[in-house]
Amino acid sequence: MKQRRKTSVVAATCLILSLAAACIVLRRADQMRPQSTLDEVLFLNSPKVIKRASLGYDGLVACIYWTRAVQYFGNRRRSGAGSYNLLAPLLEITTQLDPHLVVAYEFGGSFLASKPPFGAGQPESAIELINYGIQNNAENWRLYYDLGFVYYMELKDYKKASEAFERGTHVPGAHPFLKVLAAQLAQHAGEYQTARMLWSATYQTSPDEQIRENAAQHLRGLRVDEDVLHLQEAVTRFGERTGRLPASLAELVAAERLPGIPVDPDGHPYKLTPEGRVEVRVPDDFPFAIKGLPPGYTPQSKFREHLQSE
Amino acid sequence: MRARIAHIASNTFREAVRDRVLYNLIAFVLLLSGAAILVGQISIEIEKLVVINLGLTAVSLFGVVIAIFIGIGLVSKEIEKRTLYTVLSRPVRRWEFIIGKFFGLAGTLVVNTFFMGIGVFVALFYVSHQFVRADALILVALYFIVLEFLIICSVALLFSSFSSPLLSAVFSFSLFVIGSFAEDLRNFAGMAHGMSRWLATGAAYLVPNFSAFNVISSIAHEQPVAGQLVLQNTLYALFYATMAMSGAVLIFERRDLK
Repeated sequence: MKQRRKTSVVAATCLILSLAAACIVLRRADQMRPQSTLDEVLFLNSPKVIKRASLGYDGLVACIYWTRAVQYFGNRRRSGAGSYNLLAPLLEITTQLDPHLVVAYEFGGSFLASKPPFGAGQPESAIELINYGIQNNAENWRLYYDLGFVYYMELKDYKKASEAFERGTHVPGAHPFLKVLAAQLAQHAGEYQTARMLWSATYQTSPDEQIRENAAQHLRGLRVDEDVLHLQEAVTRFGERTGRLPASLAELVAAERLPGIPVDPDGHPYKLTPEGRVEVRVPDDFPFAIKGLPPGYTPQSKFREHLQSE
Repeated sequence: MRARIAHIASNTFREAVRDRVLYNLIAFVLLLSGAAILVGQISIEIEKLVVINLGLTAVSLFGVVIAIFIGIGLVSKEIEKRTLYTVLSRPVRRWEFIIGKFFGLAGTLVVNTFFMGIGVFVALFYVSHQFVRADALILVALYFIVLEFLIICSVALLFSSFSSPLLSAVFSFSLFVIGSFAEDLRNFAGMAHGMSRWLATGAAYLVPNFSAFNVISSIAHEQPVAGQLVLQNTLYALFYATMAMSGAVLIFERRDLK
């Protein structure tokens, strides 16, 4: 009996030690292998073959592929990789396995359409994906909204964006703002207020926290763009009137009779450079702003930190 | 007669429980709770979908494996242990033995599915914090899975009545895979001409058609199931299981057990 106990203790110790050793060795081996070989493999790329191989359990396999697409996108974005070659095929497989997985069209379309470094920069693939989604989920008004959004924001095709919103208004139960958007686009395509409406609609209607956060960041960026545009116009007017640049923002405010020193969405006053450029104090706080950034500024470093903290 | 069948069925059930078949419930619970906790962190907005898809798929696959691996041994084990002779030396007919075994195995699977179903609902409540009316559709999916088990049990018993356990396992599993492709087989028959059309059509109707039973994906999206489909599937499962059991009885009645 004693001998048996001794053997059990030795065997249990061996088991734990071997498992720990195996884990350590595997981690080292993973570090030695280049990351790309792990990521860039899609052994089966035919949705039809995968559907057959799933033996009817295609719903579960679709969930697995969707998770894989999310992981792939997240990893590529975090590492700052420029290409997202597998994203479109992964989304195609996911949606062919489960054509009713609406979340894959909504998020997948956004992943594909957004410009690098925020997304894959493939708006055409996004449109194809969302159209497939509409084909299979014609009763879902949000997909029309997403389609119009990609046309508007990424392709600047205001006519098609308006058409997509218009089509969405005919879906029973569609949110009333689709009608407003369709009308707004017909008259004010390309204007800040239209873009603000789109992002506000996204912020107000999306149940997902990440989408709302993204929309909020875009709205902050739009406000900066608008503020800087107006201030820059004021600087130009001041120059035309006086023949010189304003010495400070205070002088500009007084001359233009503005209500006070203009501040960015974080409450920091804008700054006026000696060259007459209006800029934000902390550009990294506005990753989606286009105007008011110092010359040669790239948001990459801060953006990566932000992604890594997510 | 009924008492004899019930007795054999209850013995089969007890034997399965003694064989620790219900231990698979532990693996099932671990799988579901792991998925419920992890998926929310590694994916987006599919927690509920995964719990339903994974839960029902696991119920189905665990059940299929149990049905095949117990079903194939039901007759051969009794012959090997020579307990069959003791049973048949009493006033028990061969067909009663086969039918009793079938009900015993089916009962085991129903009990197993019942507990797994509870597991699915508990996991669902964990991720959703509430039940909605559409969640009741999961019961329909579980019912279809049970119908699927009835067919697989009968098929496993049919093969077990004349073949070795290993071959029975291969045949049963192959039939399960082919049955999942039954729709394709029928489509192929539709495209073929002449003799091959007849052969393909015959094969498509001979193998069990499992595709109609798989409503997991649509139920995960809260799409209702037509009452007519429930009725048709029930009738199909009953007829197919009866057909396979009749075949098993026919073979077993003529089998030389010496």
